[in-house]
Amino acid sequence: MMIRKRRGALAAASALAAAALTVASCSSGGTPAASSAPASSAAAEPVTIRVQDFGGGSNFGYKNAITKWNAEHKDIQIKEEHLTDQFEQQYWPQMIQWLQAGNGAGDVVGIDEGGMGLAKAHPEWWADLKEYGLESRKADFPAWKWENGTTADGKLFGLGTDIGGMSICYRSDLFKKAGLPSERDKVSALWPSWDAFMKVGQQFQAKVKDTKFADGTNTLYQVVLYQEAAKNGNVTYFDKDNNLIVDKNPAVKAGFDFATKMSQQGLTAKLRNFTDEWAAGTQKGAFATVGCPSWMLGVVSGNAGDGGKGKWDVAAVPGGGGNWGGSWLAVPKQSKHPKEAAAVADYLTNAQTEASIFTDFGNMPSNTQAQQDSAVQSAKNEFFNNAPIGEIFAKSAASLQPVFLGVKHAQVKNAIESVIQGMDDGSVPYGKAWQQLVDDAVKAAG
Amino acid sequence: MSIDTLPRAVRPSRHLPPGRRWRSRLDVKVMPYTLVSPYFILFAAFGLFPLAFTLYYSLYDYDLAGTTEWTGLGNYAKLLADEDFWNAVTNTVGIFFLATIPQLLLALFLANALNKRFRLRLAVRMSVLLPLVTSVVAVAVVFTQLFARDWGLVNWILSWFGVDAINWRAERIPSWLAIATMVDWRWTGYNAIIFLAGMQTIPRDLYEAAAIDGATRRRQFWQITLPMLRPTMIFVVLNSTIGGLTLFSEPTTFYGGNVDGGSQGQFQTVAMFVVKQGFREFDYGYAAAAAWLLFLLILVGAFVNFMFVRRIGGTK
Repeated sequence: MMIRKRRGALAAASALAAAALTVASCSSGGTPAASSAPASSAAAEPVTIRVQDFGGGSNFGYKNAITKWNAEHKDIQIKEEHLTDQFEQQYWPQMIQWLQAGNGAGDVVGIDEGGMGLAKAHPEWWADLKEYGLESRKADFPAWKWENGTTADGKLFGLGTDIGGMSICYRSDLFKKAGLPSERDKVSALWPSWDAFMKVGQQFQAKVKDTKFADGTNTLYQVVLYQEAAKNGNVTYFDKDNNLIVDKNPAVKAGFDFATKMSQQGLTAKLRNFTDEWAAGTQKGAFATVGCPSWMLGVVSGNAGDGGKGKWDVAAVPGGGGNWGGSWLAVPKQSKHPKEAAAVADYLTNAQTEASIFTDFGNMPSNTQAQQDSAVQSAKNEFFNNAPIGEIFAKSAASLQPVFLGVKHAQVKNAIESVIQGMDDGSVPYGKAWQQLVDDAVKAAG
Repeated sequence: MSIDTLPRAVRPSRHLPPGRRWRSRLDVKVMPYTLVSPYFILFAAFGLFPLAFTLYYSLYDYDLAGTTEWTGLGNYAKLLADEDFWNAVTNTVGIFFLATIPQLLLALFLANALNKRFRLRLAVRMSVLLPLVTSVVAVAVVFTQLFARDWGLVNWILSWFGVDAINWRAERIPSWLAIATMVDWRWTGYNAIIFLAGMQTIPRDLYEAAAIDGATRRRQFWQITLPMLRPTMIFVVLNSTIGGLTLFSEPTTFYGGNVDGGSQGQFQTVAMFVVKQGFREFDYGYAAAAAWLLFLLILVGAFVNFMFVRRIGGTK
């Protein structure tokens, strides 16, 4: 009996210990493992700086730049964490959770223009880069790019990476197949306006059956929206006081109307951008054209893979330039190594790095020194049949206008794109789409 | 050790010295609770607390990156008038029926087949569990490709019969079918094994007696196996109800990890709706209220199914 009791006590003790362990491990699971002293241990063990980003294909184009840094800096190693292709639906909600919880975000995080409104409204999330001497970078950026990375109370939290610029990426081999000109200057001359673009689409579709002219409705919608926004006070879904103006802004209606026409004429492959099917469609030739801001070049080449090399080319966009997209890098306050993180953010946005990203992948630098770099001005992109991307993007870069995006831009953008996609895939009738777009935008702006 | 002697044997004796008496008391009074406590501690931490916390915040307008305000039943009223919520309920119930009915029937007949004598019986029985141990992400990746609009195997096979390519993520019923297939592939084997275990507890002499009376195999199945399987069936049905109504992973991965469930929520389930409201729109109170309504939905669903199963073969 005694022996059994002893065993019972032992078992209980071990069960308690086990329970304590479980609880301990659960609670410690929430806090980062590396809470060692920050600066002093730097010499002994390299500090790892986690850079989190998003986007399809080669996304931020940091591959080569990070390899170079890691080879040169033994004490600070960069680890890139590409979280997902989708910004509004996946990356940004996750990032907000981490920022709000005070744990989980990387040391340097990428923020798309659509998230900057909210990021600016939460200075408590970010480290002040002025404390690490980065105020000196002000002269490197256009005023609007710099100011958008500064909160109302004067905290510098974001450094500009890339900017938009606009073009059309197209498959020259498929254009040839359709009996259309395939050389880029002649292709550009085909579509001085969006109506002409649509006519080319009809000619293309009449000859080619198994490939659609455009990827889907959303990419072209965005291109037209940003072009028109420049003519309508540089606002999209919110005015500068953060009031929802979806139903009043002619730019939104113009983009919507064009998307509707493209869809009704059967010129789209009905693929939503930044989904897996869209990426697969790029590779397998589901569509012949896609609206291409500078950073989209890397997305297309990354998704298409080596098999697409030389088949893709870049032509001018109908209807003039526009500034869709572009991102910033910020250092969350929760970072254990803000000094090193600031150094990495500084490096990734300096003139030399941004210039090399443009020549390697195509993301147009926001850094004005990089824009004026002769290597950038004369850059050609090998994947896109040696298209003179420097000429196409760098020349217009200085004239790009900033577009104001509201605090809830990301949510409203997703709601609107879902309706436009739904219209294209047949789940929203054309006649009801506009009303639903407005209603869903109101709901998302909540 | 017989039952009568047990209490006396463990009762602390008054004749023991104080130290040992104390330890003995500890043994009897504290130890049993300590031994069962890990479950209750975990349940309190990960079951009861979230439940209460969710109920509490469902009464507030609680914005993750903003303010918290008392709204009483405001969230519930808003939910009941929210088309998107009802859309999610319809999807959940629709996918549940499409998935669960064929799944349980299939599992039942599979179990009946496995209950016979044949070569490599153990290996075959084990193999039906294989889909369950496959990672749900791997399953989703494979099924996402099978049910792709372009270059998908299912559409390719359908094209032999002159069926036009189906856009599995854009059309409502096709998307439900695709997701139900995914669910069934994973869970049919699991339910079959549980049915099989239930079948093996049925005394063989019942079958022998029936055989002597001239009952066919089929008749034995309907008249003996099915009624005797009722307790197992209640468990399986309740389990499937809970699993089916909280469906999340399959439809989410089917749309690239996106909780929208299609451009217009064609296959957004209530669980996805909750996550979208909570972690995408950051409307925690609203998400909490939706989670509670889902809880009620499961209670109702489980009760209805329980009553239904109780009637199966319950005529005698």
